[in-house]
Amino acid sequence: MDFLTSSDFWFLSLTSLAKTIFLIFLVVLPMVSYTVYAERRVSALIQDRVGPNRTGFPTSLIPGFTKDFSPFLGGLGQPVADAVKFLLKEDFVPGHVNKLYFWLAPCLAMMPAIVTLAAIPFGSEFLGVKMVVADINVGLLFMFAISSVSVYGIVLAGWSSNSKYPFLGGIRSTSQMISYELCMGLSAVPVLLVCGSTGLSSIVNYQVREGWLLAPFTNGGLSFREIALWVPIIIAFITFTISMFAETNRLPFDLPESETELVAGYHTEYSSMKFALFFLGEYTAMIAGSALIVVLFLGGWHLPFIPDGAGQGGLNFLHAIPSWIWGLVNITAFFAKVAVLLLVFIWIRWTLPRFRYDQLMKLGWLYLFEIALVNIFLTAGILAFTK
Amino acid sequence: MSEYFPIFLQVVVAIGFAASALLVSVVLGKAAKTNKAKDSAYECGMPAEGGAQPRFSVKFYLVAMLFILFDIEIVFMYPWAVVFREHIAAHGPGIFWSMLSFAGVLTVGYVYAIMKGALDWKS
Repeated sequence: MDFLTSSDFWFLSLTSLAKTIFLIFLVVLPMVSYTVYAERRVSALIQDRVGPNRTGFPTSLIPGFTKDFSPFLGGLGQPVADAVKFLLKEDFVPGHVNKLYFWLAPCLAMMPAIVTLAAIPFGSEFLGVKMVVADINVGLLFMFAISSVSVYGIVLAGWSSNSKYPFLGGIRSTSQMISYELCMGLSAVPVLLVCGSTGLSSIVNYQVREGWLLAPFTNGGLSFREIALWVPIIIAFITFTISMFAETNRLPFDLPESETELVAGYHTEYSSMKFALFFLGEYTAMIAGSALIVVLFLGGWHLPFIPDGAGQGGLNFLHAIPSWIWGLVNITAFFAKVAVLLLVFIWIRWTLPRFRYDQLMKLGWLYLFEIALVNIFLTAGILAFTK
Repeated sequence: MSEYFPIFLQVVVAIGFAASALLVSVVLGKAAKTNKAKDSAYECGMPAEGGAQPRFSVKFYLVAMLFILFDIEIVFMYPWAVVFREHIAAHGPGIFWSMLSFAGVLTVGYVYAIMKGALDWKS
């Protein structure tokens, strides 16, 4: 307990609080609202529609301005308008629900997604402070443990609604999420075999030294072993990404919601901000999942030839520029990679049709499980028997 | 312990955000009016019929049980994976064969579950 009385305590609490607030309120939540906007615009693009392109910012309410400000693409005010609308809606709780759990469920659906972000290293170093909220050496296990708690939010929502569609959605969702958790856990093992640590920072540092796992050539030449390892890593990446889609209930795995059969699944009875919290939770989980994929396979914050925030590595002549700029570049690189993955999430949602339930279970338990299990021994064999 | 303290802060921030979002919505939102139709379970506009929580397939319980079994076996692989490279460098590839035999035992259970039709959702 001497930690609580030490002089580092206040420094640690203040910096980690600053990092938490920066990460959640300045990066992730705005990213969530603009992912929703991007989803609507991209789906419109894919379906040859226009999408929300009108809402600007009502600057004409401020004296001195005569026109509303509508940025060049149009519709950029849409997420703000949506948030205001959610807050002002009638806050209705149906009489037939179980009140306590009905209120608890949306919070439980959103909190785990936010808490998992604590272990993600979203940058190298900035002004001497490591850009990760909690640098724990069991980061990956922490992510899996906390993200599986989000099942409770969905189960409670389905059960407390006392209504058929939410109930069926909740049941389906539970067994889908736990089934794909197996595949996700198995497909992360090859990464641990190669990197030899469950700490997310050490996994990124390994990739800075040896080249990104999915693109080992970022470190220059390729040895025979690196080429051989490339195969299982690509398989692990694919199975991990598919499981991540299922874990976040995104199409083609959105059986818990499947609006053609279950109205809206587990949140049929929800409205106003309580519904919005489910929505926020789903998109935050998407961002946390994409961030985990970036950390495990795509080199985290690292860009080839770019030094880190402490002025290490990279090309020599770039060291003339102050290192805090490189710290910012690393943070930007990380979130740019996450944004690209989010676009892939959206693109796949509007391209593929939904699975049938028996197909979903078959894919998870028969194909992905076996592929991931064999893949572990492929990786281990390459590490054990090649030089 | 000091590494885990920021997580505690993050949990507090997350709870605070969820609670305040709900509170603001209660304060700012329109007061709710109820009537009999609004208070009934949503079934696409028809009067609700039968129990609210219908019986469902026993398969869901089977999946949950199998999940617990296999998930624990997967957790065994994590420490193995973390020490794998160091152990190989120091003691040779014996660690590879020992985990392969463990996975063999796991596969027997897995094949048994499939043969019993535990994962067959068509029947």
